Amino acid sequence: MEPTLLKARGLEGSRTLASYLSRGGYEGLRRALALGPQEVTKSVIDSELRGRGGAGFPTGRKWTFVPKDHPGPRYLVCNADESEPGTFKDREIIEHDPHLVIEGIAIASFAIGAHTAYIYIRGEFVRWANLLEQALGEARREKILGADVLGSGYSLDIWVHRGAGAYICGEETSLLESLEGKRGFPRLKPPFPAVVGAFGKPTVVNNVETLACLPSILTRGPAWFASIGRPRNTGPKLFSVSGHVVRPGVYELPLGVTFREIIFEHCGGIRAGRKLKAFFPGGSSAPVLTAAEVDTKADFDACAEAGTMLGSGGVIVLDETVDMVEAAANLAHFYAHESCGQCTPCREGSDWLVDILHRILAGHGRAEDPDTILRICRFASQGMTICPLGDAFSLPISSIVSKFRDEFERRIAAATPAPPRKHPVLPWAGPRPGFGR
Amino acid sequence: MSTAPIHAANPEELREVRFDAAMESQIAELLTHYPIPRAALLPVLWLCQKRYGWIAPGVMEAVAARLGLSPAYVQGVVTFYTMFHTTPPARFVLQVCTTLSCAVCGAGELLAHLRKRLGIGPGERTPDGTFQIVGVQCLGACGSAPVVQVNDDYYENLDPAKLDALLDELAAAKE
Ligand SMILES: Cc1cc2nc3c(=O)[nH]c(=O)nc-3n(C[C@H](O)[C@H](O)[C@H](O)COP(=O)(O)O)c2cc1C
Ligand code: SF4
Ligand code: FES
Repeated sequence: MEPTLLKARGLEGSRTLASYLSRGGYEGLRRALALGPQEVTKSVIDSELRGRGGAGFPTGRKWTFVPKDHPGPRYLVCNADESEPGTFKDREIIEHDPHLVIEGIAIASFAIGAHTAYIYIRGEFVRWANLLEQALGEARREKILGADVLGSGYSLDIWVHRGAGAYICGEETSLLESLEGKRGFPRLKPPFPAVVGAFGKPTVVNNVETLACLPSILTRGPAWFASIGRPRNTGPKLFSVSGHVVRPGVYELPLGVTFREIIFEHCGGIRAGRKLKAFFPGGSSAPVLTAAEVDTKADFDACAEAGTMLGSGGVIVLDETVDMVEAAANLAHFYAHESCGQCTPCREGSDWLVDILHRILAGHGRAEDPDTILRICRFASQGMTICPLGDAFSLPISSIVSKFRDEFERRIAAATPAPPRKHPVLPWAGPRPGFGR
Repeated sequence: MSTAPIHAANPEELREVRFDAAMESQIAELLTHYPIPRAALLPVLWLCQKRYGWIAPGVMEAVAARLGLSPAYVQGVVTFYTMFHTTPPARFVLQVCTTLSCAVCGAGELLAHLRKRLGIGPGERTPDGTFQIVGVQCLGACGSAPVVQVNDDYYENLDPAKLDALLDELAAAKE
């Protein structure tokens, strides 16, 4: 497939406005301005583009939730937080083609009637925030942004807002809190951001890759976009592949390729002649798939049918040498560290998982541990929390226990009782009656 | 290009902070990006961290006064995020990613090597104040694992030999 999102990768000077214009840049925005907001939204609906940030929500439909007659400002926010483990695709777009992101933001802002847009970028991405600032500077100087976008009379400002180290700020309502100068505590939904978002105004949050799809939908038409993949799962997708493959990296492929093709053809298979053991298909928050499930198609619906999710398209590949108990402990640690602490099942559950998993690793596992883990995971998901971070650790960790239970049980069979603790803490006292029933 | 060291102002200097004209004009510019002053909090904190190396209590007070917030509020925000230094950092902060993709591609080896070479582990700093190690979560560069961020810069596809070369270069860096 001819690349659309990574067209600029490998081109000399690809980040400059001159290079972008020479490749037909800002033509999509020009068409959008000529078409008008409603037609633009219709094109995006017809393209069947689904959000690339994780949830796969239809982009055009999300835009229609913005109240038409709302007085006062509304906002577009580009989510460049990219903090889902295993995901590094937005950085690749910004690195090679920052103007593609800016054009996408301008098209979406115009469609929803926003005159101010923010790019929320994770704090660690200093270099990529600077690249965006440079590109924005060029676009302002050339009157592509500002009071009179491309001579159309439409005005738009885009500002870069840097996060400061918090996974949870990738979640859209936490991101909005952070944008407003607060701690990143997710908000209860509803109301959804499209109705009450940044500064209490209607706000659309879209991922970098989602927005980067827009220019080509406008120049080549929604039918072209929808012809890639299959109905409801259309368009090109970036797959960030990491872990034990020969050639890790970002690959642009049509939705619906199989994970076998991604891992064994594009990425050259498993390193050092080893065998595939398992992989996370859509970032670390997606339930794990085993080597036997490698023929699953990499699209939203096929992943859902396989009991997992395409998520951000971050494929983490693990070979036969990986101990799945260690993998579970590593992820539990990540989520326990990143839980914002508002909800008991998430805050306590993630910490409890860390305790149990580390105790198993230390050789003190107990027969009831696997079931306790599954129960904690049940309790922290299924809508028991304010935001989906509870699900984000519950689903992958319970999938590891379910699919690799023998590895847990082998360790537990060889375990010795834990030495008594000086200060017993409740979670260590074994399953509590009534918990999770 | 080599990573620039952090120059952390000493706590004495930051007891009472008054922004100079350059800082004031940058803050004024930032305020134009947002409908309410509070929204400029993170950008202003970044500005301060760049300028003073860390966010001392005196800095929080000055930021709070400038944006019309209470010092306690500002402290609450500062401590929610992991990237603001609330104590003076070493000249080079080595942020070693320890999340899954890096973990299975050699992050542990890097930490062991750092321990051997610098004698310190995550959460510690060398007595001369040159290096400080922080174990961090996924840096969003998993395809080139293992990854270490040094101050503002990413170093990817590392192994102990490359890490050694990097440490040599940083240790030799002029002020
Ligand atoms: C815990 C958590 C972390 C998230 N992190 C990100 C992220 O880093 N980047 C992102 O684009 N979306 C992230 N999301 C999804 C956003 O909430 C939101 O759905 C997305 O930005 C919408 O964009 P889209 O419709 O273009 O996909 C995260 C969601 C959750 C629950
Ligand atoms: S689920 Fe976890 S991260 Fe989300 S709001 Fe609750 S405590 Fe915070
Ligand atoms: S796991 Fe280390 S950068 Fe993502």
